[in-house]
Amino acid sequence: MRFLDYFRSNRKTSASVAKERLQIIVARERTTRNGPDYLPMMQEELLLVVRKYIQVENDAVKIQLEQEGNCEVLELNITLPESAAAS
Amino acid sequence: MATVIVITSGKGGVGKTTTSAAISTGLALCGYKTVVIDFDVGLRNLDLIMGCERRVVYDFVNVIKQESNLRQSLIKDKRVDNLFILPASQTRDKDILDIEGVGRVIDELSESFDYIICDSPAGIERGAFMAMYFADEAVVVTNPEVSSVRDSDRILGLLASKTRRAEQGGKPIKEHLLLTRYDPLRVDKGEMLSVEDVKDILAIPLLGVIPESKAVLQASNAGTPIILEGDSDAGQAYDDAVSRLLGEERMHRFLEVEKKGFFSKFRLFRS
Ligand SMILES: Nc1ncnc2c1ncn2[C@@H]1O[C@H](COP(=O)(O)OP(=O)(O)OP(=O)(O)O)[C@@H](O)[C@H]1O
Ligand SMILES: [Mg+2]
Repeated sequence: MRFLDYFRSNRKTSASVAKERLQIIVARERTTRNGPDYLPMMQEELLLVVRKYIQVENDAVKIQLEQEGNCEVLELNITLPESAAAS
Repeated sequence: MATVIVITSGKGGVGKTTTSAAISTGLALCGYKTVVIDFDVGLRNLDLIMGCERRVVYDFVNVIKQESNLRQSLIKDKRVDNLFILPASQTRDKDILDIEGVGRVIDELSESFDYIICDSPAGIERGAFMAMYFADEAVVVTNPEVSSVRDSDRILGLLASKTRRAEQGGKPIKEHLLLTRYDPLRVDKGEMLSVEDVKDILAIPLLGVIPESKAVLQASNAGTPIILEGDSDAGQAYDDAVSRLLGEERMHRFLEVEKKGFFSKFRLFRS
């Protein structure tokens, strides 16, 4: 019986899976939302370029346009997989 | 000066037209002079839901193109005082709408109406932009389902950047979340996103929750806005939403599974 309970309490409901997926995709889409129209496309292309050399995750490349005083700063973040750092 | 409210969603078929008909009828019932405009040019449907399809002579595009005036084109509702419908054109394309033309019509309506309700088409193309451009408030109609929630988030982004208020840098559009086709039983079972889940993600104030209801289809069969079916759960939920839109505080209803079944069984047992 306890065996069953264990599964029941740990199995994620499909609604909680939906919520998690939504939180991730919405957060990602918001980062490029208020920037110029080319940001999402540039992000996709940069990902392709990085992937020519390193196998990275789908969301490894993040770009963001920020206002600092009267300067616009384009911030580019690439998350490398752990194994890439080692080799 | 009228308040312009867009009913929008991004995703298709989530209940925008049902909501436009209900909210406009509800506002008129409260005594506000209200006009509801169908922006779904090429796919007009609001006239059917409002039950006035046989009385359409001129449409929104005729008014924009100055082929008819507003007096000839507005259809006065037969059931509710203060309620008028401006139908979409069935024969033309959404691209025929332009900011100047739509702006002129909205300005003219503003002179004599309290509320202008804009029923947006689905998508994020021209028709949807035109419907939201002049809005003071937006009702974002969302179903508890991943693609609808994601599209609602995109629409919120557009409301904050591609509208007159955004361009002129004035007060931002007042946003309302309306969660429709909500099924508490499935939420309880963990099969459907809950109100709290959707609120967490979209992070805008909740105007109301409309339950999944058989009465909605029946009302549309008859051409009666659901809010006029006062006995129905969805009709009552829309009534609450209209009151909240007008600033009244009301408890949210229909969020829990009804326990009626249990009590009726109990009564049977005793007799
Ligand atoms: N609360 C509800 N319960 C049950 N059915 C509903 C509910 N709300 C809407 N529907 C049904 O969903 C369908 C789509 O509704 P509606 O036409 O209002 O959506 P829409 O967003 O205007 O669609 P479109 O994007 O095509 O304009 C209709 O068949 C309607 O009866
Ligand atoms: Mg519609």
